[in-house]
Amino acid sequence: MELSLYERMRNKLLKTADNFKEKIENVMYMGSFDDDFFDELEETLILSDLGAQTSVKITESLRAKIKETRSKSKEEVMGFLKEILVEMVQVETEKPQLPTIMLVVGVNGVGKTTTIAKLSERYKKEGKKVVIAAADTFRAAAVEQLDEWARRVGVDIIKSTTGADPSSVIFDAIGAAKARKADILICDTAGRLHNKVNLMKELEKISRVINREGDGFSIHNLMVLDATTGQNAINQAKVFHDCVEIKGIVLTKLDGTAKGGIAISIIDEMQIPIEYVGIGEKSEDLIDFDPKKFVDLLFE
Amino acid sequence: MIFEGLNEKFQNIFSQLKRKGKLSEKDIQEVNREIKMALLEADVNFKVVKQFTKNIGERAIGQEVLSSLTPGQQFIKIVKDEMTTLLGGEIERMDFVQGRQNVYMMVGLQGAGKTTTAAKLANLLRKEKKFKPLLVACDVYRPAAIKQLEILGDELKIDVYSEHDVKDPVGIAKRGMQKSIEGHYDLVIMDTAGRLQIDEALMDELVNIKEAINPTEILLTVDGMTGQESVNVANEFNRLLDISGVILTKLDGDTRGGAALSITYTIGKAIKYIGTGEKLTDIELFYPDRMASRILGMGDVLSFIDKAQSMMDDEKAKELEEKFRNQDFDLNDFLDQIKQIESMGSISSLLEMMPGANKKALKNVDLSGADTKKTEAIILSMTQEERHKPGIINASRRRRIALGSGTMVADVNRLLKGFEQSKKMMKQMSNPSMAKKGRMKLPFM
Ligand SMILES: Nc1nc2c(ncn2[C@@H]2O[C@H](COP(=O)(O)OP(=O)(O)OP(=O)(O)O)[C@@H](O)[C@H]2O)c(=O)[nH]1
Ligand SMILES: Nc1nc2c(ncn2[C@@H]2O[C@H](COP(=O)(O)OP(=O)(O)OP(=O)(O)O)[C@@H](O)[C@H]2O)c(=O)[nH]1
Ligand SMILES: [Mg+2]
Ligand SMILES: [Mg+2]
Repeated sequence: MELSLYERMRNKLLKTADNFKEKIENVMYMGSFDDDFFDELEETLILSDLGAQTSVKITESLRAKIKETRSKSKEEVMGFLKEILVEMVQVETEKPQLPTIMLVVGVNGVGKTTTIAKLSERYKKEGKKVVIAAADTFRAAAVEQLDEWARRVGVDIIKSTTGADPSSVIFDAIGAAKARKADILICDTAGRLHNKVNLMKELEKISRVINREGDGFSIHNLMVLDATTGQNAINQAKVFHDCVEIKGIVLTKLDGTAKGGIAISIIDEMQIPIEYVGIGEKSEDLIDFDPKKFVDLLFE
Repeated sequence: MIFEGLNEKFQNIFSQLKRKGKLSEKDIQEVNREIKMALLEADVNFKVVKQFTKNIGERAIGQEVLSSLTPGQQFIKIVKDEMTTLLGGEIERMDFVQGRQNVYMMVGLQGAGKTTTAAKLANLLRKEKKFKPLLVACDVYRPAAIKQLEILGDELKIDVYSEHDVKDPVGIAKRGMQKSIEGHYDLVIMDTAGRLQIDEALMDELVNIKEAINPTEILLTVDGMTGQESVNVANEFNRLLDISGVILTKLDGDTRGGAALSITYTIGKAIKYIGTGEKLTDIELFYPDRMASRILGMGDVLSFIDKAQSMMDDEKAKELEEKFRNQDFDLNDFLDQIKQIESMGSISSLLEMMPGANKKALKNVDLSGADTKKTEAIILSMTQEERHKPGIINASRRRRIALGSGTMVADVNRLLKGFEQSKKMMKQMSNPSMAKKGRMKLPFM
C-alpha cells in the first residue's frame, strides 16, 4: 500500500513542469493574489534553492507590496517581485585595483580551475599580463589540468610538483608576478570541504603568504560556487569568508538546469557580490553577473 | 538559528514533545511544519517533502502516536521508519555477476566525483571481491582527465586503458573492452566525462557507449551537496540510461544530504555507495537506516562501529579496552591510534559521528591526517617516560621535543592538548550510562 503511494507520488513528480510562469498564469487567471498564489511563489523560489527562510521573506515582502499598492495587475506584480529580488542580489562590486592577486577557493569540483582559465582568457583579451599559479598540489593531475589551460589560453604558469607545499608555490608565483610585471596573478587552490580544519588552516597560511609577500598588489579573493549546490553553500561561504576574505563569488554551471538560487541567500546574508557566472566548459564561457538576467532566469 | 542542523532541529522538536507526554492533532501539525522546514533546509526536494510530511501526518494522527504512552518515541520511530523506507528500505548490494565480466559505467554531472569514485571502486572491489580491475578513460574532453585517471591507477597499481590522441569515447570504450578480455580483467570501470543532463549530444554519447559495451552497472555519481535539482538530474539520467544505482559523494562535508532522499524517492534506484573523502579508501556502502539516522540526529553509530571494526583487530581492541579501564592510555597508544585511523579520516570526524558528542569540544581536537607525520615526529622525540606520563613534560622538555622533531613548541602544546582531550572524550564514551543513552557499543567497550 505504501509502495503504491510512493509510486503515485513519483509519477506525479515526474509530470509536473517546473515552469513558474505557467503556474503563475494559472493562478493569476483567478484574478486575485490569494494564498494559492503565494504558496506557488514560495514553492518556485524553494525549488530554485533559495531556501525556505529566504523564500518566505521574499514572499512576505511581495505580499506587503501588493497590499500597499492594491495592485491587481499581473504584469505589475511580476514587476514588484523582480524588483524585490534584483534589489536583494545587487551588491556593490569592488573592481580589483591592478596589479592584483586573486586567490580562488571553493569546495571540491565546483569549477575553480576552469574558472581560472576563463578569467585568464578574459584579462588577456583586455591586454593584461596574466600569471597563474598551480597551488593545487594535492589532487591527481590538478597541475597538468591547469598547465593545459595555460597552454591553450597562452598565459604564464608557475607550478611545482604534486605534493609540494602550496604556500611555497604561491611564494614563488608572487616573485614571478613581480619580476614579470604581471597585472594579475590568479592562484588555483585544491578543492576542500570547509569543515576540514587542517585544510582550512592550509588556506589561511597561503593567504598569509600573499598578505606578506604581495606588496604593491591588491588582493581580490574569489569563491567559486556550483549553481547546483543546495543549502550547504551558506556554510561554505561563511567558513571560507572567515578564512580568507572573499571579495566576490563566481557562480558556475549556470548553463545547466539549476538556478543557483542559493547565491541569493548568500548575498542577502553576507553581502558578498556575485562577479561572474560560468556558463560552460570552455574558456570563453564566462559572463559578467547581471542581476536582472539572473532574476529572470529564476522564473523560466 | 536559521541554518542549525537538521539533527539538532529534530532533537529540539522531539524533546519538546517528550516533555508534554501526549500529542494533540495540533501538535502533529506543528511538528510536521517544523519537519518540513528542516527537510527543506536539508535540501530534500520540495515535492518529496510535501508528500513525506503528509504521509507522516496521516500515520501519526491516524493511530499509534496519540494513544501511545510515549508519543515522542513513537513519533520518532514513525519518522525514522518512513525515512528509511524512502531511502530504499533494505540495503541493496551491488550485483556481482559470476562467470562473466562486471562492467561498470560511471556517469554524472561535471565535478561530481566520477573519476575519483571509479578509482575508489576498483580498489575496494579488488580488495573485497578479489577482482582484477581495469579502468578505462573515456573522458576525452576535460583537460588532463585521462592523466588524472592514469595517476590514480598508478597510485593503486591498477591498470588503466587510455588513448591520448583519440577523441572518440565510444571507440575507446570498445577497445577498452577488447583489452579487458585479452587481459582477463573481470572488472572494467569506464570513467566518462561529466555532462549536463540536458546536453543532448553528450547524453547520446553515453547511450552509444552503453550500447557498445553492455555494462552490468551504470552508476550515477551525484554530489552530496546537491540542492533541489537532484531530482531533475537523476530523473533524466535514469530516463535515458536506465541507471542501475547511485553513488553519493562528498558526504564527509557537513551537508545534510537531502539529495539522498530526493533521488531514491524519485527514480526508485538505490544508492549503493557513498564517498566520504578525497582519499582512495574513502568509500563506504550506503545503509538507508544509517542515512535516516544521520538525518534524524541519532548519530551515525553503526558506520562508526563498522569503521572502527574494520580498522582495529580484536586483539588491539581488547588491549585498548583494558587501557581505558585502567586509565593507562598513553602517548604510544595515541600514536598507534592515529596511525590506524589515519587511513579513514580524522579522529574528530569519527568522533563527530557519535551521538551526544560535543561538537564544540570536537572542534579543538584537531588530529586530521595531514598532521600525522608531525604528531609522529613529536611523539618519537619524547622519551618513553614522557610518552607514558605526559604530565611530566614541562616547558624545557617541550622545547627539547620541539627541537628534536623539527616542530614548534606550539605544535607540541597542541598535540598534548589534543591528547588530553581525546583521552577525556574516550573516557566519556566508555562511560556506561552514556553508551546506553546512545545505544551504542563500541568494539573496544
Ligand atoms: N557545464 C559547466 N561545467 C563547468 C563549468 N565550470 C566548470 N565546469 C566543469 O566542472 C568540472 C570541474 O571543474 P574544475 O575546474 O576541475 O573544478 P575544480 O573546482 O577546480 O575542482 P577540484 O580542483 O577538483 O576541486 C569540469 O568538468 C569542468 O569542465 C560551467 O560553468 N559549466
Ligand atoms: N571531500 C571529498 N571530495 C571528493 C569526494 N569524491 C570526489 N571528491 C573530489 O571532488 C573533486 C572532483 O572529483 P572528480 O573525480 O574529478 O570528479 P568528476 O566527476 O570525475 O569530474 P569531471 O570529470 O570534471 O566531471 C576532486 O577534487 C575530488 O578529489 C568525496 O567523497 N569527498
Ligand atoms: Mg581544480
Ligand atoms: Mg572526471
